[in-house]
Amino acid sequence: MASSTIAERDERLRPSGVVRRLFGRPELGAVAGYLLVLLFFAVVARGTGMFSAAGILSFLEVSAQLGIVAVGAALLMIGGEFDLSVGSMIGFAGIVVALPAVEWGWPLWLCILLAFTVALLVGWVNGMIVSRTGLPSFVVTLGGLFVLRGLTLGITRALTGRTQIPGLRAQLEGDWLAPLFAGEVGTGIMQWLGEMGWIATRPDGLPLASGIPVSILWWLLLTALATWVLLRTRIGNWIFACGGDPAAARNLGVPVAKVKTGLFMFTAVCATIFALVQTLSVGSADVLRGQLKEFEAIIAAVIGGCLLTGGYGSAIGATFGALIFGTVQMGIFYTGVNTDWFKVFLGVMLLVAVLFNNYVRRKATEGR
Amino acid sequence: MMRSRPPLVEVENLSKRFGTVVALSGVSMRVFPGEVHCLLGDNGAGKSTLIKILSGVHRPSAGRILLDGQEVVFHSPRDALDRGIATVYQDLAMIPLMSIARNFFMGREHVVTRGRGLLARLDMRRANAIAREELARIGIDVRDPAQAVGTLSGGERQCVAIARAVYFGARVLILDEPTSALGVKQASVVLRYIAQARARNLGVIFITHNVHHAWAVGNVFTVLNRGRTLGTFGKDEITREQLLTMMAGGRELEELSAELEEFARADAARAIDVAAEEKEVAATLRREVAFGSGFSDDGRRP
Ligand SMILES: Nc1ncnc2c1ncn2[C@@H]1O[C@H](COP(=O)(O)OP(=O)(O)O)[C@@H](O)[C@H]1O
Ligand SMILES: [Mg+2]
Repeated sequence: MASSTIAERDERLRPSGVVRRLFGRPELGAVAGYLLVLLFFAVVARGTGMFSAAGILSFLEVSAQLGIVAVGAALLMIGGEFDLSVGSMIGFAGIVVALPAVEWGWPLWLCILLAFTVALLVGWVNGMIVSRTGLPSFVVTLGGLFVLRGLTLGITRALTGRTQIPGLRAQLEGDWLAPLFAGEVGTGIMQWLGEMGWIATRPDGLPLASGIPVSILWWLLLTALATWVLLRTRIGNWIFACGGDPAAARNLGVPVAKVKTGLFMFTAVCATIFALVQTLSVGSADVLRGQLKEFEAIIAAVIGGCLLTGGYGSAIGATFGALIFGTVQMGIFYTGVNTDWFKVFLGVMLLVAVLFNNYVRRKATEGR
Repeated sequence: MMRSRPPLVEVENLSKRFGTVVALSGVSMRVFPGEVHCLLGDNGAGKSTLIKILSGVHRPSAGRILLDGQEVVFHSPRDALDRGIATVYQDLAMIPLMSIARNFFMGREHVVTRGRGLLARLDMRRANAIAREELARIGIDVRDPAQAVGTLSGGERQCVAIARAVYFGARVLILDEPTSALGVKQASVVLRYIAQARARNLGVIFITHNVHHAWAVGNVFTVLNRGRTLGTFGKDEITREQLLTMMAGGRELEELSAELEEFARADAARAIDVAAEEKEVAATLRREVAFGSGFSDDGRRP
């Protein structure tokens, strides 16, 4: 038939093998980058204990804490928006949990419920303002950054006269919900590994690394969930579309405002999970918690292959971005290099990632 | 002829103001099944505005829309889509960074969704297979439906958009300047596809300011000028030259006649390009009719 000849006449498509497909994945750069980082420290931090069980768990925990927030930031960025209020949300959620628990003796479950409700509300407000006004989320959430931090400081000082809320420990003893955010899992396994002599133990025979912090599980869970949603659900399809071309998405029947608002709510929830992990592990809240986390989360997402312009990226990428972050941070600590250099490394890493992403995007959409 | 049947969609006295700009005033038009209704007019004539009202993007300031004789109000593009009015926008309703298959099922994911509730998931294998098959049907060989739409040429993208609309059971297909950014060869692919849609008894609204493209596939022509209609004409009631004169609207007569002379020269002396383009399409159309429309009628469509 005539139609098939046209296909040949135009020599439609270039071959697209497995290699090309693999190179089309957004997280490729971050995975490759992480292997380099590991290789580097395997050599440089040899014999420092960085790669002992305790060392590995410590850089995984640092990565996990950022990763929890970065996954939210990545989804939002893929959906075409930023949230600069994430860091302040962390501080805010911390006092929303700690204040009622310590000052008014609320049960922990109620405080946690309150924190998530407040987070959903903050995310909803962010989303509504952005989609109603059409203002860049960069500006709207920059406002949120100051408002939330100010509220955190104001409320805490007004009610307690301090900027810290200690004394959560007593509340946590024996609470059934606390282990969900603050505990460790796999203590039995670690003990067994210690008894077998496969990991380092203290003089009393207990392993140095007593268990796997639950934050790591939260991190993996959120990454898996976000990846599933992005790649295998209708909502995921819509998230990519909202970031890729909101006007086209709307014309095709995608509820753009709802999707974006949902994403803002998800980032706020991620920030709250982080805050709970931190507050309940440390046993206190501090009004300054979470500062700069908004930028670290965005950096992790970008290193992970998310385009700043939206419509492209992955949760797995953000997770590797966070891993690079955590590993380098702890690696610098273990090797004893002045930590000032960590910031230099971060900045350079960010620039390299953005350049690389731009290149990948050009490749992916090269017209003919 | 087919115009004796009831219209699929009808607009009555449609007006639209954007602040102080009057984009449309008192436009009426009827589209019948199995016709390609060309909407012609210069830039800013109000063509896009008219079809954006029809597809639920804008609400009219005055006037009404009738679908199968019933008055309808569209609150969103989704409303219009659900009623079988599918639009392929000038500014391409495609997301370049997303895959062909994902674009194909955008907003219609339920068709390739498996499972329910929390376990509802996209069956990408099936989505890829359907997208590839539907595109093969119109002569676009997509070896990898998972590749980004951005890698397709403009003509192919238009075809994907049209194929999608037809696949999802559109009854009215609106195309806003689908050929204006394309070369001759690619444009003829799109034009041929428009003719296929007509053969399937869809009502097609085809916006263009290329009279040759309109003439090649259209059977009814409505000319807009500065937000008003200059009339609707069957192909047997008007000539290509008259259409062009009307489209040009306020332009100088001399300028026009010069252009018309050039037409005559082109047609007579060289007898290529303009005419060739039309002829190629006409020839393919004849083949389409001879071989069947290229769409199957096995009721496979959802
Ligand atoms: N969203 C809008 N806001 C303000 N003015 C608009 C808008 N859309 C179209 N117009 C104006 O309406 C008129 C008709 O535009 P349009 O329908 O796009 O014309 P065409 O598609 O025929 O070139 C133009 O003067 C245009 O500037
Ligand atoms: Mg237009």
